[in-house]
Amino acid sequence: MDEFVYLWRRPQRPTRTPQQMQDWMQRYQAWFNDMEARGHLAQYGQPLEPKGGRVVRDKAGSFSDGPYAETKDVVMGYSVIAAKDLDEAVALTKGHPIFDEGGVIEIRPLLKL
Amino acid sequence: MKPDDALFRREAARLLATLTRAFGIDNLALAEDVVQETLAGAFEAWSYKGVPDHYAALLTTAAKNRALDVFRRQRTARKFAPEVSRFVESEGTLRPGLDACFLPDALKDDQLRMMFTCCHPRLHEDVQVALVLHLLCALGVDEIASAFLVRPAAIEKRLWRGKQKLAESKRLFELTAEDFAPRLAAVHRALYLLFSEGYHGGGSGAVVRIDLCREAMRLVRLLVDHAPAATPATYALGALMWLDAARLPGRVGDDGDLRPLLVQDRSRWDEQLVAEGMMLLGESASGDHLTEYHVEAGIAAQHAAAGSAKETKWDEIVRLYDVLMKIRPSPVVALNRAMAIAESEGPERGLAAVTAIAEVQRLAGYPFYPASVAELELRLGRPLVAKKYFELAKDLARNEGERRFLERRIDECARLSTS
Repeated sequence: MDEFVYLWRRPQRPTRTPQQMQDWMQRYQAWFNDMEARGHLAQYGQPLEPKGGRVVRDKAGSFSDGPYAETKDVVMGYSVIAAKDLDEAVALTKGHPIFDEGGVIEIRPLLKL
Repeated sequence: MKPDDALFRREAARLLATLTRAFGIDNLALAEDVVQETLAGAFEAWSYKGVPDHYAALLTTAAKNRALDVFRRQRTARKFAPEVSRFVESEGTLRPGLDACFLPDALKDDQLRMMFTCCHPRLHEDVQVALVLHLLCALGVDEIASAFLVRPAAIEKRLWRGKQKLAESKRLFELTAEDFAPRLAAVHRALYLLFSEGYHGGGSGAVVRIDLCREAMRLVRLLVDHAPAATPATYALGALMWLDAARLPGRVGDDGDLRPLLVQDRSRWDEQLVAEGMMLLGESASGDHLTEYHVEAGIAAQHAAAGSAKETKWDEIVRLYDVLMKIRPSPVVALNRAMAIAESEGPERGLAAVTAIAEVQRLAGYPFYPASVAELELRLGRPLVAKKYFELAKDLARNEGERRFLERRIDECARLSTS
């Protein structure tokens, strides 16, 4: 098994009611539960604050704000998934709720020596 | 449905009641923003590993921190409720003051005060109910609209009008206020309407509607637990909800179709709810003021106590409907009374009572008006006439469950008329 970082990229979420939030949350969790049950979950990973980051540009410390809320596919978090190859890693994203939120998943194999 | 399926809604309602007290009812929108942001954060954070065990404490802390930010940023620009403005002024008293707002004891009071606030006497009952659903049950505009079978724009308007009125006062309704008793009557009415909509209403989606019943019961329980609000009428309202809710599992058959009371499998009724409902009914029997809730609870108790439709004391139920027609007459009550008469004195008399209903035009959109006539015609051995009335009813059906049920009755009439 190899490990892959999944970068969760998606636009800002619309305003939702508490019940809608809970329903969406449960869809996400269901995917993680499935990964765990099938032995694919290496790390849950972490969500990121959607706003308020900075990009530091040089050693003098000059920076720009970002990412911006308008940006379409900001990295909103990451997880680490175990799969036998890149094809399987792609197949495991089937039915993931992020696609219904206009998001994408960037899959990157962890570097092995 | 798992009990924690409504966790976000419960928590949203809890936080909103507390924050509205802290910010003042005139800053309701600000409190709503803080709740929205707090829950949106929890949604992001808990999408990975799920909801942690100590979710309530985490949400409280997160909401409190956001509230602190709001107070720091806005304490000069905005007026806050008198009960909080004294601790808002200085940084040293801000956090302990806010901590006190979030003590568990304060919470029940906050929700009660919010409930009484929503039932403002200058607001139409429809607006009060919409406010209760939005502010105390944390349902969104579309969710309320689908439960009530009205356009979202109409609900939006009701909420807007309601919030305008609420913003005229600074603070939540005081539970010690002089007009507590009349407000309590308005609260009863709003919760009754909320429950009835869930129980009898035409909104699509059975789950949404059972949820309305549950919410109404949760809010009645808050009244029962607060001594000054635990009046005989409150107990009677609770009794009628518990006893009616006990029948919910029998209302839908294994095939997912509607089952009218007369043919329900009574072994499916919830014994626990019946027992609790009977206890509430016992508590309601004091004082000398007979409310419509007492009478309706009495009717529900007659059904709950009967082993079958046949063993039901229909004459007693007719008598109770007579009383109800005096206290709160309506065409729906008259229709139910007529159907009880049919059971007690025969379909002929029942049909006569249906024909005698006053203001019958108010039942024009109600599918169970023609359906009731049809049932009586069928029992009188006129399946062709019955079929016509069932067809009328089907055209008025408000959801798939009603439609399927009425289609079956039409088929039954067709079968009987050819045999």
